[in-house]
Amino acid sequence: MSDTADKKINDDTRHVSRHDASKRPLSPHIQIYRWTLTMFLSILHRATGVALYAGTLLLVWWLMAAATGPEAFAFFQAAAGSWIGQLVLFGYTWALFHHMFGGIKHFIWDTGAGFELSAVEWMSRGATVIPILLTLISWVLAYKFMGAF
Amino acid sequence: MSEMRTPLSRVRGLGSAKKGTEHFWLQRVTALANIPLAVFFVSAMVAHAGADYLTVTAFLSRPIVALVMLLLILSMVWHMRLGLQVVIEDYIHGHTAKLLALILNTFFALAVGTASVLAILKLTL
Repeated sequence: MSDTADKKINDDTRHVSRHDASKRPLSPHIQIYRWTLTMFLSILHRATGVALYAGTLLLVWWLMAAATGPEAFAFFQAAAGSWIGQLVLFGYTWALFHHMFGGIKHFIWDTGAGFELSAVEWMSRGATVIPILLTLISWVLAYKFMGAF
Repeated sequence: MSEMRTPLSRVRGLGSAKKGTEHFWLQRVTALANIPLAVFFVSAMVAHAGADYLTVTAFLSRPIVALVMLLLILSMVWHMRLGLQVVIEDYIHGHTAKLLALILNTFFALAVGTASVLAILKLTL
């Protein structure tokens, strides 16, 4: 085979593979679908789970500080009481409630119930709104216990 | 054909470990336990927001509180290890990286659990 013919074949295959790469049907992913509450909650359930995983370090810190002594505990309280600390703890509270109600929703689905589209929708809305309300109530009560009002 | 796996695959012994159902079940059992335990925990946190050292340590050293806290920690740590295991298996595909992440997951869960249990025992005993 001559060099020219060889080059021609290479050019053709390159052309074909490039063509294939652009036209080949791909498995649809999240950027293709219209966003729905259920898929958003599915992602958020995993995200809050991972956040709570990391957040256990705060629980360990709190317990170890209490077990260590007054200075260690005072240091924890200063960190937790700072605005960034409050923000993280507020996020932790919401993540905990959100993950809990996501879990309760999954428990209902585990029994085989609640798969009608209307049920899926109102359960999802409940699992979105209730955790937010519980987080706000918890923080209002916490500030009340701290004597803020 | 009764055996779909190659001899090499059989020798390596990788693939399904037949632990899937146990994993699923324990995830649910610990999740169920976590509901009342977490409600107790959040309530206790709210009630002790800004409380001083003596109040908090006195609260944690009460046997019933220590008991519930121990149960919370064990159930929570178990649940989060199972959960993150699935996340790792979903997203990390390299054999070595996945194995390392799974081992670190176990180490983290055990470290968090042991440290918390130690702290509670020290406060109670």
